[in-house]
Amino acid sequence: MIWVDTIVQGILLGGLYALFAAGLSLVFGIMRLVNLAHGDLIVLAAFLILTVVNLLGLSPFVAVLIAAPVMFAVGWALQTYVLNRVLGDDILPPLLVTFGLSVVIQNGLLEGFSADSQKLSAGPIEAASLPLGPITVGVMPLLTLISAVAVIFALNQLFYRTKLGRAFRATSDDAVTAGLMGIRPRNVFAIATGIAMVVATIAALYLGIRANFDPSIGPARLIYAFEAVIIGGLGSLWGTLAGGILIGVAQALGAAVNPEWQILAGHIAFVLVLLIRPRGLFPRAND
Amino acid sequence: MTNSSKSTLSRVIAVLAVLVLALVPVIGSRAMVQDLFMVLTLLVLALNWNMLAGFAGLVSVGQQAFVGIGAYAMFGGVILWGWDPLPAILLGGVAAMLLSLPIAFFTFRLNGAYFAIGTWVSAEIVRLSMAQWKALGGGTGTSLPKGTTKEMIGVAQIKELLGVSSSAASDALTYWLALTLAVVTLLVGYLFLRSRMGLGLQAIRDNVEAARSVGVDPLRLKALVFVLTAFGTGLCGALLFIQITRVSPDAAFSVVDWTAFVIFITVIGGIGTLPGPVVGVLVFYILQRVLADYGTVYLIVLGLIGIVIMLFARKGLWGMFTEKTGIELLPLRHRSLQHRPSQRSGN
Repeated sequence: MIWVDTIVQGILLGGLYALFAAGLSLVFGIMRLVNLAHGDLIVLAAFLILTVVNLLGLSPFVAVLIAAPVMFAVGWALQTYVLNRVLGDDILPPLLVTFGLSVVIQNGLLEGFSADSQKLSAGPIEAASLPLGPITVGVMPLLTLISAVAVIFALNQLFYRTKLGRAFRATSDDAVTAGLMGIRPRNVFAIATGIAMVVATIAALYLGIRANFDPSIGPARLIYAFEAVIIGGLGSLWGTLAGGILIGVAQALGAAVNPEWQILAGHIAFVLVLLIRPRGLFPRAND
Repeated sequence: MTNSSKSTLSRVIAVLAVLVLALVPVIGSRAMVQDLFMVLTLLVLALNWNMLAGFAGLVSVGQQAFVGIGAYAMFGGVILWGWDPLPAILLGGVAAMLLSLPIAFFTFRLNGAYFAIGTWVSAEIVRLSMAQWKALGGGTGTSLPKGTTKEMIGVAQIKELLGVSSSAASDALTYWLALTLAVVTLLVGYLFLRSRMGLGLQAIRDNVEAARSVGVDPLRLKALVFVLTAFGTGLCGALLFIQITRVSPDAAFSVVDWTAFVIFITVIGGIGTLPGPVVGVLVFYILQRVLADYGTVYLIVLGLIGIVIMLFARKGLWGMFTEKTGIELLPLRHRSLQHRPSQRSGN
């Protein structure tokens, strides 16, 4: 029974990783942009939510509604004024620019908010749990997983059911031809990054409620997110969810054997999957 | 002055600079020796990373794996097997080279951006594994036994020669080793890039299909560069931690210290140019000095400069300098003697 419990906890943890990864997956899938600052942007969103909570005395769940449009604007501006300039065949400039951005955001937050650990307080719901047959699950982890599924479902609807989604897919497949059909790739990219930042804000909410955060934790979260995206396969959002859950379960199983092996087990699962399938489990687009 | 006589002049200046640097332990203060030691080791790391990312197109963000394994192998040699630290540096280089084989086997299956993430995850795996090595202190790390660095081969002779304390003599020794490593790395890099293999490498960078069609094997060349730079990075890691004298997984495998700084140094100086890292490390050192009192501000400034350079001057400060003046130190272009193109060739 303990194994079932471990695996369930792992799946729930995977929900959090999938949320970290969903925005990344969207941007990666549409414009092949590896955003090394994504983890720090999530932390930035967490500090933004914290500031709104402190200033207006709102619940974090309401504060997200104010933070999300702000983050959309941040993403839109970032793409329009910086990242669009470095997109191209050469992967080096975007990697290095987002790397620089990561260092700037991290140390900017350190200057503004100090290195102290912060936490978003959601009230009694944090400690609540639900008996689910023979095992008990926390309400917050369950809510995280449900949110991850909902976010990915919504992104998929956007991707496959709307005009904007058609523009996303067309640009992803062939930006030049999409341009000939009257789509402006640069605008599409800016909107996509804006949406990715809204998803990052939702991820930040759960990050902040479930654990302490400080300006330096971005890269460590980013690495799980990347693993989820790559394991899932380029451009597949459900694949990203599967990838996040796989990492979560591997970490939970590793931790059950020896607490020191938690992170290591996740990384090793990533390597094993890629040794067998270098393009991930469910690749949609060609890279 | 013609461009070639300007280039000769700058070569003379470069040789003089190395000579002056070699004299620093004799004429300079100990703090200066220690400062310049850090600068030189960062330069070695940057030269290696530049070879990988700038010339072989292998954008690795996991070079800290080789710094860390080099440091740990050196510590293992000294603490577990009783070696002298100097031969243990070589052990560090060899260990890094051996480690680079499985890492290459895994990461070379991934292309472009996946490769970067693959190297990062590999480095994390090595860091977490080293934290399990209980004989070397596990997660908290360990120190070199007291007096180890003062009894290194050569320290006694230097002590006598310069008339200084044992610790100053060991600083001087590690400094000279760092200077030698930097000069050798720079020269080997130059000779390699001027060779047939180096020409193949640059051909791959410019156009893979065309390079393959004339018989260049991209995989073999890139793997060679990956393994050789791992060796250099491992040597540098071992040398660094002789000076630091204390190793822990977090310090030895620090992505900020051994990869982030190195990337900025290379980008600011000029990625894909040989003198670029030298220029970059000078800028880095000056920035660190000037902004030392403002905490993390210098990291922010460093990041912003890196972004601006990538947006507006991809070949960095050295690239801008070459374009303006026509001076090429360590030139890599092959020009025919009869015909000198008057206008700038395309990228």
